[in-house]
Amino acid sequence: MSSHYEAPIREPLVIGEKSYHDISVDVGAPVLGKANKSWWIVFTIALIAFLWGLGCIIYTVSTGIGVWGLNKTIGWAWDITNFVWWVGIGHAGTLISAVLLLFRQKWRMAVNRSAEAMTIFAVVQAGLFPIIHMGRPWLAYWVLPIPNQFGSLWVNFNSPLLWDVFAISTYLSISLVFWYTGLLPDFAMIRDRTKSPFQKKIYGILSFGWTGRVKDWQRFEEVSLVLAGLATPLVLSVHTIVSFDFATSVVPGWHSTIFPPYFVAGAIFSGFAMVQTLLIIMRKVSNLEDYITVLHIEYMNKVILLTGGIVTVAYITEYFIGWYSGVPYENYTYLSFGAATGPYWWAFWALIICNLIVPLTLWVKKLRRNIMWTFIVALIINVGMWFERFDIIVIDLSKDRLTSSWTMFQPTFVDIGTFIGTIGFFFVLFLLYARTFPVIAQAEVKTILKSSGESFKRLRAEHGDHVDHNVSQYPASGGPSANLTGEYFTSDEDKNAKDDKFEVGDTALIDSEAKRDQVNAMLDRIGTYNPDTQTPDDLKKISGVGPVMEEKLQELGIYTYDQVSNMTDIDYELLDGIIVEFPGRAKRDDWAGQAETLKNNK
Amino acid sequence: MEAKVIHAIYTDDDLLMQAVKQTRTANYNITEVFTPFPVHGLDKAIGLEPTRLAITSFIYGLIGLTVAVLMMNFIMIADWPQNIGGKPSFNFYQNMPAFIPIMFELTVFFAGHLMVITFYMRSKLWPFKKAENPDPRTTDDHFLMQIDAGHHDVEKLTKFLYDTGAKEISLIENEEDH
Repeated sequence: MSSHYEAPIREPLVIGEKSYHDISVDVGAPVLGKANKSWWIVFTIALIAFLWGLGCIIYTVSTGIGVWGLNKTIGWAWDITNFVWWVGIGHAGTLISAVLLLFRQKWRMAVNRSAEAMTIFAVVQAGLFPIIHMGRPWLAYWVLPIPNQFGSLWVNFNSPLLWDVFAISTYLSISLVFWYTGLLPDFAMIRDRTKSPFQKKIYGILSFGWTGRVKDWQRFEEVSLVLAGLATPLVLSVHTIVSFDFATSVVPGWHSTIFPPYFVAGAIFSGFAMVQTLLIIMRKVSNLEDYITVLHIEYMNKVILLTGGIVTVAYITEYFIGWYSGVPYENYTYLSFGAATGPYWWAFWALIICNLIVPLTLWVKKLRRNIMWTFIVALIINVGMWFERFDIIVIDLSKDRLTSSWTMFQPTFVDIGTFIGTIGFFFVLFLLYARTFPVIAQAEVKTILKSSGESFKRLRAEHGDHVDHNVSQYPASGGPSANLTGEYFTSDEDKNAKDDKFEVGDTALIDSEAKRDQVNAMLDRIGTYNPDTQTPDDLKKISGVGPVMEEKLQELGIYTYDQVSNMTDIDYELLDGIIVEFPGRAKRDDWAGQAETLKNNK
Repeated sequence: MEAKVIHAIYTDDDLLMQAVKQTRTANYNITEVFTPFPVHGLDKAIGLEPTRLAITSFIYGLIGLTVAVLMMNFIMIADWPQNIGGKPSFNFYQNMPAFIPIMFELTVFFAGHLMVITFYMRSKLWPFKKAENPDPRTTDDHFLMQIDAGHHDVEKLTKFLYDTGAKEISLIENEEDH
């Protein structure tokens, strides 16, 4: 038996009295349940946006790139801005799954699945833009080195744009297999839990016949680790190469050696902002607040602070060097006095305020742990990072070396529509994912439950970390005889047998399947009340039980002194969890002892 | 496949670990264990060899690197050398710095994908593969240990497993479908 010790000073990552089964139930619930109204509303809006974008794309392809607002001076604008923005957002996913895995960060378990999904969906959006920009997307395969009829004219492997093709497709496909391999055990859990034959069939196919053999787990962990080791340099390389698109050119403001590390930090910065945006909504909608806690949000905010700090240093460096170089062209780059006061002043200040000033509020612990504020900051960063790419591309191009060709960029409805369309497409994919995929890596959360679960941390605080104590919370403690009484174990057979017996009724006190199981288990321990043969006792005679408490106990199926007298500490704790008004009351007043006396005096 | 196996179901990972160690000490043969999540140290406790997937990944990575080098050399140097921005293309060595991104990406591409394919093949995971876990609860919160009962007194073995804290013990005879 290994010790599950974790420093008590660390806050729990799984809140509440969770067992392994509870995790399966909570993670499976959104998949096995029905979609609610708000899901359909949001999905419809996203779908409409997507269809509008699709219309704009079809219009672009059938008419030509001229429908965009590009001009002779500014030949790259929203398309490449959106491309870099989406690729950047796609960075947090692999960072969370790979880098945090290498650093053995337990908080990654609750957020990695959704972050990886976000990565894949964001990279899909990113990939659309270069393909649309080709003008003839059906010839997109020309970017691949395929022998062809033009005397085997090859693609140019010296070009960063071609490196992009290799980097982004490798990134997309590696992220996909990383994501999918992690999903296998969770699909298997859904497969084995669902009662619908259709779902059983679908998840049976999706789970690839995963069974959880010990050798499979050993390989699974090794594969995860090696993929993490491969994906970590990969994620750094992808945005490095994206930055080469600019850095290897000779345009002032683009030709900057600082770009690779600065772009990578910026990508992580915007990626985490998007993860926050999505997860803050999802934890609420899918009832996952016990797994994606304020602590997770705070950790992500700390990453945002760090990467935002790196980005800030890069901004200041660019600004300083632009001034210090004394080159007049540098005075119109996106970070310069010229940009701050020129016609694009609003884009410059949007960048500074959104990316540099607003995130500074996260240094305050109260704000860092404030969910609403985090959500607002995340949205602002998303906007700011879009402006960063817009500034780099459009401001730098708008005032090039030839004064006579200076101009501004005016987006058309097609530019805007295509961008909104990709946002719609992204949310369509993410919403479908949230309804059909296990959105938390439940198998991995189960591995950290004993070290980082709130109830287990409390038990350790009370009993110490000696291994015996850990086990003693669990079945073997009662010795083999524990099997006979059925005190610790509940199985499906037991439950089936119980169906004939008393089951706790529907009451507002019990708001989850897990609580219902716990209350039923408690009634098994303390005995059930049969109205045909028994009469209820006056529970108010127990000191500490008033009329309200009596009503609540009766709602849970507790009517007699006999039942109360059988209560032990486990039951008291359970009651505290369900009837929250009087914490610790039952134990302090020794209800069981009182009930024992009352029972004998009856 | 052995004619007779016993399935012992546990409800806790620590208990399972303890039971696995006791069962091995008592010289019973554990043929398989099914768990809902990776239990750390279980593979060592059962006596499994370490997996060699990481080594295969390294080899696949080398293959990817080789493919990239050969491809770059053929396309950019041998088949159709071009003067692009005055960058030297007379031999591979001179042009190599521009190829490093591609060499890196292909190394990762080969190492990652071929390793995952190897994993799926070795563990027999693919679409339409029928799941073979004997009890569906083993993907939720139950842990199942399968012991070869062939040459043992079943009564004694059952009693032993019961004492290790097993919650359910069942004797499975003639697993013909395997």
